[in-house]
Amino acid sequence: MKRGTFTTTIAALLLAAGPAWAQGKLNVITTTEDLASIAREVGGDRITVESIAKGYQDPHYVEAKPSFILKLQRADVLVLVGRELEIGWLPPLIQQSRNARIQAGADGYLDASLEAQILEIPTGQITRAMGDVHPLGNPHYWMDPENGKRIGKQIANRLSRFRPNDRAFFELRLADFTSRLDVAEKRWLAMVAPYKGTKAVTYHRSFPNFADRFGLDIVGYVEPRPGIPPTPQHTLDLINEMKRANVKLVLVEPYFDLKTPNAIGRATGAEVLVLPPSVGGVKVATDYFKLFDYNIDLLVDAIKKSASK
Amino acid sequence: MRAQVIGASLVAVVVLGLVATPASAQEAQAIRQDIDQLKRDFDTLKQQYDARLAALEARLAAIQAEGGQPSGQQPTPTAEVPPGAAGAGGPTGSLPVYGGAALGSKVFNPDIAVIGNFLGASGRNTVNPNPALRMQESEASFQAIVDPFARADFFVAFGEEGVELEEGFVTFPTVPGGLLMKVGKLRADFGKVNGLHNHLLPWTDRPLVTNNLVAGDEGVSDAGISVARLIPNPWIFLEATGQVFRGDSSSLFQSNERGDLGYVGHVRGYQDITEGSNIDLGVSYARGHNDAGIVSGVDVGRFRTTLYGADATFRWRPLRRSIYRSFVVRSELVWSQRDQFTGLERAMGWYVSGNYQFARRWFTGARIDRSGQAADRSMVDEGQSVMLTFWPSEFSQIRGQYRRTNYAAGSTANEFLFQFQFSIGAHGAHPF
Repeated sequence: MKRGTFTTTIAALLLAAGPAWAQGKLNVITTTEDLASIAREVGGDRITVESIAKGYQDPHYVEAKPSFILKLQRADVLVLVGRELEIGWLPPLIQQSRNARIQAGADGYLDASLEAQILEIPTGQITRAMGDVHPLGNPHYWMDPENGKRIGKQIANRLSRFRPNDRAFFELRLADFTSRLDVAEKRWLAMVAPYKGTKAVTYHRSFPNFADRFGLDIVGYVEPRPGIPPTPQHTLDLINEMKRANVKLVLVEPYFDLKTPNAIGRATGAEVLVLPPSVGGVKVATDYFKLFDYNIDLLVDAIKKSASK
Repeated sequence: MRAQVIGASLVAVVVLGLVATPASAQEAQAIRQDIDQLKRDFDTLKQQYDARLAALEARLAAIQAEGGQPSGQQPTPTAEVPPGAAGAGGPTGSLPVYGGAALGSKVFNPDIAVIGNFLGASGRNTVNPNPALRMQESEASFQAIVDPFARADFFVAFGEEGVELEEGFVTFPTVPGGLLMKVGKLRADFGKVNGLHNHLLPWTDRPLVTNNLVAGDEGVSDAGISVARLIPNPWIFLEATGQVFRGDSSSLFQSNERGDLGYVGHVRGYQDITEGSNIDLGVSYARGHNDAGIVSGVDVGRFRTTLYGADATFRWRPLRRSIYRSFVVRSELVWSQRDQFTGLERAMGWYVSGNYQFARRWFTGARIDRSGQAADRSMVDEGQSVMLTFWPSEFSQIRGQYRRTNYAAGSTANEFLFQFQFSIGAHGAHPF
């Protein structure tokens, strides 16, 4: 019934917003596939969406290829993760795009982190002795569905600014996305509820928001410091710490080498899971919902398995 | 709050309506539907308000975290860093806020970074001997957005001979006509290596062809104006660059009159082959007055040098393992036509270089060099190098290079060169 009403309303809006078609579709480029998936939810068929980075590559180390300059040259809106995640490659691409619409500060430049809840913002002096720290906080904030809703809202607002006639369309789609995400989030939370406080180790600091939302307790990292590959001493310390704290989970992003995590797994009896932090990180995670579906399923199965050992 | 009042009043009106007129079953059904619709609307409204409130709270937390904390007050929970395992590193607990109060005066400072480049050499070289140890260059960079229309980049090189503005230019990224315009002192867009600063080279030195034909370390680098435009076509990335310089670049170009300008042109084509491999091709042209005709400070010869270049690069980097494996093979060819008292001298040189990344922080490479000399094409130097590079982190680099050079002058040099490079300050863009 609800679905029916929604479709009818959309159809009515399509008729009412006829002239908007004359403007053509808004061309949205996002830096990651997560943002692309959310933009697709909100923008529907009124926009075209393409992501620069693939979900299975490390978003810190994307190459500034000239083919991306061509994508940005044609973009109406650029949505980026922000918090310096893309600092190594996005600025030169924007600069060479010859596109005034997406330069920093322009209307078409949308830093999706501005209204999101950001964790791990350092409160004092930071130095590179801490590794490649993000001085503006952890940029992996999209891994919390609550932030997904906030990202969606910002995108809807920005798209409406470019297409005022389509505002109602974008807002309806946003409301639909938000309510579906609410339902899904309740389901995910119910699935992980029995395992709240499960301890885990991750390779990089990619999962603080995910852990916060779904009750994981991250007690260590395979990387001794952000951006620094594992060292033997740190790996030993980590193994001892995991044994002491009885940690049975190692979560690894798909773009990291599994050699050290597997060695840690063997030494501690922990399950090593390749947990994609992004849409497209594994084949089945084709959109924002399926990303969490996949990750929560994987996590719950692994926890059950380690409990039955 | 307002939403609740409106919601309640609407419900009240509907209820009153129900009491006042006894309705048929059909009407009751319709009214029920209306109530359901109202409830849904009310829920949506509530959700929107909740989301807005949450966003505001998040923003407030961020502002508090950035603005510094008054003493004695706990940092906001969002700003806290989880402690992690022993030895996990990263900031823990609350840290002192340095310069927090004066933050406002610094926000518009440019991004500043300094890169040190230390070189060592051992072995015998009688033709082009480098010192055993030297701090070749410390490059300070200052980069910021000027205004909504421009950005500026300064690179100041502190070498052993003094301080030099390596590059300093303003970029207008959105000039009408799809042009990217730069004005200032620039490294010319001639080939690939000429545009690279020393610390971005995949070797400790520059190839022989650069030293013999394209003005060495300094390269074609001059005060000038550059415009670059993308050439629209349905197939590949194609960019044409035109540059006008004063006409002074080391000993290569020398301007004696105001009209002795230097010109550089470059066309670059790029195409992705797969998501992990691509090909990058370029042709270049440079022309300016040379120093061959200068007799006791007067340019009596009015001779010119013209350079033609061709470059090709193939890159491979599998996206799923992009931080562990990559391969780049590159070649550049340069033809020089130098007018001099003895006539037009045509010299040619090239290099082929390959670099393979075999672990997250380890790279190996090799280079073959061959080049005539601009003033005498029969003097052909040849060289071969192998190197090994280690990156302790993204911000430092250690490299060793074995180089064998057969100089046309007759001697052969076998050298071991090494390099320490270290960078502090703002995180720069990764080279591509």
